[in-house]
Amino acid sequence: MAGGQERILKGRIRSMQATKKITRAMELIAGSRIVKAQQRVQAAVPYSEQITEVVKDLAAAGGVSDSPLLTGRKEIKNTCYVIIAADRGLCGGYNAGVQRAAEGEIKSDVVDGKGYEIISVGRKVESYFKFREYRLGQTFAGFSDKPSYDDAKAIGQHVVELFASGHVDKVELVYTRFISAGSQEVVLRPLVPLSQDTVMGGDGKAGSDDGTGSDYEFEPDPTTILETLLPRYIEARVYAALLNAAASEHAFRQRAMKSATDNAEELIKNLSITMNRARQASITTEIMEIVGGAEALGSGDRKSVRYIDFSADDGFGARSGTDTNNSEGIRPTTSNSRNG
Amino acid sequence: MASMTVEVVSPEDVLYSGEATMVITRTIGGGEIAFQPGHSAFLGALQECHTRVYLADGSIEDIAVHGGFVEVSNNKVSILSDAAELGSLVDVDRARDAKSRAEERLRHEHDAEAVSALSRAHARLNAAGISV
Repeated sequence: MAGGQERILKGRIRSMQATKKITRAMELIAGSRIVKAQQRVQAAVPYSEQITEVVKDLAAAGGVSDSPLLTGRKEIKNTCYVIIAADRGLCGGYNAGVQRAAEGEIKSDVVDGKGYEIISVGRKVESYFKFREYRLGQTFAGFSDKPSYDDAKAIGQHVVELFASGHVDKVELVYTRFISAGSQEVVLRPLVPLSQDTVMGGDGKAGSDDGTGSDYEFEPDPTTILETLLPRYIEARVYAALLNAAASEHAFRQRAMKSATDNAEELIKNLSITMNRARQASITTEIMEIVGGAEALGSGDRKSVRYIDFSADDGFGARSGTDTNNSEGIRPTTSNSRNG
Repeated sequence: MASMTVEVVSPEDVLYSGEATMVITRTIGGGEIAFQPGHSAFLGALQECHTRVYLADGSIEDIAVHGGFVEVSNNKVSILSDAAELGSLVDVDRARDAKSRAEERLRHEHDAEAVSALSRAHARLNAAGISV
């Protein structure tokens, strides 16, 4: 029935409007959080730059880099992947991008006959790899949109432990790097061992004032400092990755929610047109029904009157007579004569 | 008067950045150490301590530093700490609580964690200007 369809459409529009309100709110929230997350990324830069500098100075000065964290191992059997993504969905392709990149790496490791260890950061990553029956190591979750340094510390300590115990020979970070609010990219960065390239490829700037390294005084001795410094350095790297990932997550979510809002708007527009059309149709039908009904009610007398009109021989004859009279002068006589 | 640049940096924030005439902090095993302008290049690992930065105008900035590193080069002192707080921002009541809890635990057994908790509390209270 036409009226029923209209009601259904109205319900759909209403639910669409509610959805739109939610997505709009999420868009605005994500938008405001991007700014904050960006500031946090910026605030972490001085520390990671300086600690990178210190690591470089120490490595240049001491020559005490016999720590496996620095030199690495000859044979790489097991690789550990620290996969950083979100706790929640509704952020477009954010989680999928990271997961796909990580899964590709893991698969190629398996093909090469190497072992892997997954450290998941974020609830979505955990469920993704669990569902696909990968062997999961330690999982971290609950802070993806606002990571603190303590979270990074926990991850860093776990990574160092894994490496020190010989469980893994290499650690890689998979996360989304925040370039600007408009662009982010999924990156895979080596974390441990801290080879020269790893240190250079970090988020810190390349040092220009080297050569002073040998003049340093150390207290306590360089080896001890290096041993306490390296875990801190790893934590700082993890922290920078977490902050980048959080900012990217907000950027992705804002974009996803913006397009969801736009889509909802479009849908509401289309549904409203359909609904109005349906309503117009039902109104037209109703008018037709009323007219028809009224006609049906009054039909008895009028029809009989018409019948009398039409069936009256003299009336009909008179009409046709006048018509022909008007059109031509000669014919009436002939027609009359015929009639007669 | 000669001065040097001092930066106290934690991962989440730059706590202090400016000119100073002297910095006193404490390294692991080495005890307290003071840096003045023109100090030779130095690299050290820090203990939980009350770090004092003597500003050019004569005032003192108190900072509770819970471990970290100090690097001195080119007339610049950088203190890197993954946990540090300004003395003016220390929650004194909380620090007192932490101190008494740590002392309570140490009375029963020797616990490395409690020892470091105690020295953290000391550093905090000292930085806040309370003698313990």
